[in-house]
Amino acid sequence: MKITGAEALIKALEMESVDVMFGYPGGCILPAYDPLLKSSIRHILVRHEQGAGHMAEGYAHVTGRPGVAMVTSGPAATNLVTPLCDAYMDSIPMVAITGQVSTTAIGTDAFQECDTVGITRSITKHNELVMSAEDLPLAIRQAFHIATTGRPGPVLIDVPKDVLQNSMTWHWPTDEEVQASLPGYHPTTKGHPRMIKEAAKLMLAAQRPVLYLGGGVLKSRAAEVVREIAELLNIPVVTTLMARGAFPDSHPLCLGMPGMHGTAAAVTAMQKSDLLIALGARFDDRVTGKVSAFAQEAKIIHVDIDPAEQGKVRRPDVPIVGDCKLVSIEILKALRELLDGGEVQADIAPWRSRCSGWQEQFPLAYEPSAPGAALKPQFCLEQIRDHAPEGTILVSGVGQHQMWSSQYWHFDEPYTWVNSGGLGTMGFSVPAAIGAKVGRPDKTVWAIDGDGCFQMTAQELITASISNIPIKVGILNNSYLGMVRQWQEMFYGERYSEVDLGGGIPDFVKWAEAMGCVGIRVDSPEEVAPAIERANSINDRPVVVDFRVEEFEKVFPMVAAGASNDDIILPPSQNERREYLR
Amino acid sequence: MSTYPTPQRHHILSVLVQNKAGVLARVASLFARRGYNIFSLAVAPTEDPQFSRITIVVDVEGTTLEQIVKQLFKLIEVVRISELDPQKSVERELFMATVRTDGENRGQIVELANIFEAKVLAVGVDALTLSLEGSPEKLDDFEELLRGYGIVELQRTGRIALPKLDREAHSRAVKGKAS
Ligand SMILES: Cc1ncc(C[n+]2csc(CCOP(=O)(O)OP(=O)(O)O)c2C)c(N)n1
Repeated sequence: MKITGAEALIKALEMESVDVMFGYPGGCILPAYDPLLKSSIRHILVRHEQGAGHMAEGYAHVTGRPGVAMVTSGPAATNLVTPLCDAYMDSIPMVAITGQVSTTAIGTDAFQECDTVGITRSITKHNELVMSAEDLPLAIRQAFHIATTGRPGPVLIDVPKDVLQNSMTWHWPTDEEVQASLPGYHPTTKGHPRMIKEAAKLMLAAQRPVLYLGGGVLKSRAAEVVREIAELLNIPVVTTLMARGAFPDSHPLCLGMPGMHGTAAAVTAMQKSDLLIALGARFDDRVTGKVSAFAQEAKIIHVDIDPAEQGKVRRPDVPIVGDCKLVSIEILKALRELLDGGEVQADIAPWRSRCSGWQEQFPLAYEPSAPGAALKPQFCLEQIRDHAPEGTILVSGVGQHQMWSSQYWHFDEPYTWVNSGGLGTMGFSVPAAIGAKVGRPDKTVWAIDGDGCFQMTAQELITASISNIPIKVGILNNSYLGMVRQWQEMFYGERYSEVDLGGGIPDFVKWAEAMGCVGIRVDSPEEVAPAIERANSINDRPVVVDFRVEEFEKVFPMVAAGASNDDIILPPSQNERREYLR
Repeated sequence: MSTYPTPQRHHILSVLVQNKAGVLARVASLFARRGYNIFSLAVAPTEDPQFSRITIVVDVEGTTLEQIVKQLFKLIEVVRISELDPQKSVERELFMATVRTDGENRGQIVELANIFEAKVLAVGVDALTLSLEGSPEKLDDFEELLRGYGIVELQRTGRIALPKLDREAHSRAVKGKAS
């Protein structure tokens, strides 16, 4: 039976079990929107293509399934560039479908033509221009396979209009055909047995070990087995910004987040460690600080599915290429075998008590607001956290509010934290929260946003209202580009340049209402809890809470860009205790 | 000028890729994006029309080379990468040059061409076009000698290479196919 390329495209997406996609129609992709009318796939009409991309990411973050975005050619494809790069940096499985001008018009600077494949080449795991309708089903199968296996990432399929219009004979490629079509793609998932044994031995011998968990632990769904490893050997754990929730914050072994705004305990434990067990982490500069001064005495076990991460920043003593979960299972086995065989673990009790000492001496801290003074953003977060229903998903934008979110929330379950780590994309949170809520309608989804970030993608709240996606947004409104202001205060002699957002405009409550949401404004500490309770009780539309917070609050601790982690800047109240960090 | 990389920094990568549109652009943009320099590059189909071979000479330290290889492996269409040891492979390159001659020294240039077994491709009133195929080092020498006469135009293809047949384990297939 002959069908059109457009029908084949939609059918292929259905075959890949796509239940929802985020998109925006236009000239070249138009043919695909016709068969969509009869499809089981729910299509969410966004207000800007960037929103579609971030929604697909949010959906993928919380479900583990690839998010799908479909947009037209030219400006729509370029609007997708930011989310594609974001997904690439954070290894988010995503499939993007872009319309393209007809094959006969390619290269002629036709209306809304752009070199989508060229533009997105370096920000996708793979991309492809499909030149015939016959090739569509295979291209889609390959896209889902590539996006979701190995190190996940975004894959873009560019489809010319005539390819959508032409007819073809439907054929759904078998697994074997997909394999054969990708002769160069064989991700290594099983770790090398000798390396695994080596790792286990090092772990038993270490006196100051730290488990350094990155986003790969969540991608490979390894949280449980990693916890077994930590508990078997009582190894302290740090979870990077991308791994928050991979290990419960409430666990006695958890030291919290390392890095530029990490806890003093996590940062210092890594610095003083003699063995870092990096699982699905990539030694990002925000974690290592000055690389040459990072964890100088530590040996490194590096487990990562991407061989190129091995030795990219820090040369590992034991490199293990493989899936974090599969490798962790094998490491756990090897540890048990060694222990059963009579090996004894080095005494790490002194190390653990040093770590807990740091935790006790240097908890996250802020000065509560004086009576009558402005609200503290950290207080708002604590209140949202304490009123949050079980399993609430927290999504954040980029800036101070992101760091406070990561610091002050208690993440006790995987897949409850969604943020833009690698690219640091302002405007991420509202659309990503919408995608997360679509993926997990059973959960409460709170987006914590800055007033700067919110103004980049707020219009997606219209999408949320119209498509009935009741997310909650808390704006920590300091009327500044707060994070940039903090840098200018600390490193540019308080010379504030272009960071004042002009407090008062816009009126976020009115804006929220205009977009079909409930808008609530909060000025004083007493109003915080009631506002949050009210927001939590509303489930028929999105809610925006405008928390008017202290303008000059800073995020601590902090390691200045390019500085050594040894030179961590503590909250002023803890400065005199600094020597305990030794 | 023929500033070929010093032996420690001279690495030949023979990259087998799926013969698909855009593969060369992908490889080239990877080098540009990660800040690696390509010294020379040659692409051609192989005996199997499904695949092409890209021969890349890079001028980098060993550790950077390792990253280049791993990053190249991440390209979906890259099927195999071998690093060819310059000592254990045969390299060839083609060279064409137009050299100025005043008539008097034409004989000298032709003689030089004969010594190198180069070919005279075209003769003009005040210029000669020569071609030479051979090892890159031989081409370097020839180029150096011609320079004294005044090279008007010069073109080199970039080297291609295959492992020598008289040794085992002539090429070291680089392990660790990427995700
Ligand atoms: C798209 C984009 N542009 C610029 C930046 C640089 N940047 C990082 S944080 C920040 C300020 C964010 O301000 P706001 O959203 O108000 O959050 P706050 O830091 O005040 O919590 C800026 C401008 C960025 N990360 N992303």
